[in-house]
Amino acid sequence: MEAIFIIEKLVLIVVVFVLTLVIAMYSTLAERKVAGFMQDRKGPDRAGPFGILQPLADGGKFFFKEEIIPAGAHKGLFIAGPTIAIITACISSAVIPWGQSLQIGGRTVELQVADVNVGVLYIFGVIALGVYGIMLGGWASNNKFSLMGAIRAASQSISYEVAMGLSIIALLMVTQTLSLKEIVAQQEGFVNWNIWVQPLGFIIFMTCAFAECNRVPFDLPECETELVGGYHTEYSSMKLGLYMFSEYINMFVSSAVMSTLYFGGYNFPFMYDLGLSQNWITVIGVLVFFLKIFAFIFFFMWIRWTLPRFRYDQLMNLGWKILIPLAIANIVLTGVITLIKDTYW
Amino acid sequence: MSLFYFVAFLSIFFSLMVIITKNPVHSVLYLVITFFTFTVHYVLLNAQFLAVVNFIVYMGAIMVLFLFVLMLLNLNKETEPMKSVLIKVIGAVAGMCLLVTVAGSIRAMEVSDPLILKNPDIGLVSSLGKVLFNEFLLPFEISSLLLLTAMVGAVLLAKKEQKSI
Repeated sequence: MEAIFIIEKLVLIVVVFVLTLVIAMYSTLAERKVAGFMQDRKGPDRAGPFGILQPLADGGKFFFKEEIIPAGAHKGLFIAGPTIAIITACISSAVIPWGQSLQIGGRTVELQVADVNVGVLYIFGVIALGVYGIMLGGWASNNKFSLMGAIRAASQSISYEVAMGLSIIALLMVTQTLSLKEIVAQQEGFVNWNIWVQPLGFIIFMTCAFAECNRVPFDLPECETELVGGYHTEYSSMKLGLYMFSEYINMFVSSAVMSTLYFGGYNFPFMYDLGLSQNWITVIGVLVFFLKIFAFIFFFMWIRWTLPRFRYDQLMNLGWKILIPLAIANIVLTGVITLIKDTYW
Repeated sequence: MSLFYFVAFLSIFFSLMVIITKNPVHSVLYLVITFFTFTVHYVLLNAQFLAVVNFIVYMGAIMVLFLFVLMLLNLNKETEPMKSVLIKVIGAVAGMCLLVTVAGSIRAMEVSDPLILKNPDIGLVSSLGKVLFNEFLLPFEISSLLLLTAMVGAVLLAKKEQKSI
């Protein structure tokens, strides 16, 4: 392992990390702007032109607020909660291929931090770990509302992970690999996107992604009308900020995962027919990938300001009685079609 | 090799912490960390699939449910049942027996040869899948049937009795 390889990966990691944080930061502004647009008002527009300095102002406010740790709280775990939430949110983007390779001075630079052989499962594992942040924070607060929020978060995330895993199995039967790099490389151009072969799987996956991110209509762990603030009722200052921030990072990462798995990642139509050099294809591919991610983030926000929240029993019914049977049917259907295709074509 | 000894030390340390610590929630959290060190062991053996499945199933699902139940139980010092003297004596005797066994087995122990993987790729998904679905298909199917049976049993136990009218 030569030094230049390590430097290259370090640069990539820093770039991805900074991009993730900046996008998460500006998602908070975008969320309010989209809300304003949906509700026919302006949204924040005082801090800087069009309110583009608003996230900085919010961040500053979080840092300067008084930090309170309740007397009855378990101090260590109270601090560990938001820490775990933000760390798991940040490390999940490590296996996402952001683009093809760049040719810089005779070296091929892969725009992916780690091409793990089990990339899809890695993301799953990190998502599964994310729920500890919420559970520990909620329990350590020593507050009944927080505990209710934490318990809701745990049961919701476990229920929807099952359906999410099953929807991924059908996709893996088509792609025959767990490496995200290969999955994207297979979806060249436009007609090879996995969404055309797995439309049902995509809908199930997306629903579960909403639930895993605790976004409306699945934001029961933090529903303020029933639980004051949910699992973060007792949190103040930057710890609250980290919880909020990790939610936006999760939204960004799950948008990236959805574009990678189903919408071709960095692939775009006619990518090899325009007579462009490899580097240009890569650069345009990265831009296209981010365009897809932003479209998904917008979709997340669109849903938030359109749908009301589920009731808890409705949430569980949807997860166990509708999504899981549908996902299993999808697996069977995929298997039958693959078998017919292999036998007769 | 030194990496192995470091991780092995961590595994043993955290599994001891699981039984030493008084607070049940801390105990579960130490168990989570113990499982994490197991995941590291699997990665060191190049068993990527096993590592990530251990991560997802044990750390991500089973331990979350453990934690879930413990949070609902509200265990603390006041509710801890007092054990009678008889149980304490039985516990001490059983512990001594275990100590004798462990001491005997440590005496008989030799340092094994360093582990060399004959086929370093055996832990990767594709080779593991081929092995499971060719050579070990029957045991694989039987174990999945066993899991299914357990699941059906759990659903049956949890289901409320229908009131006969």
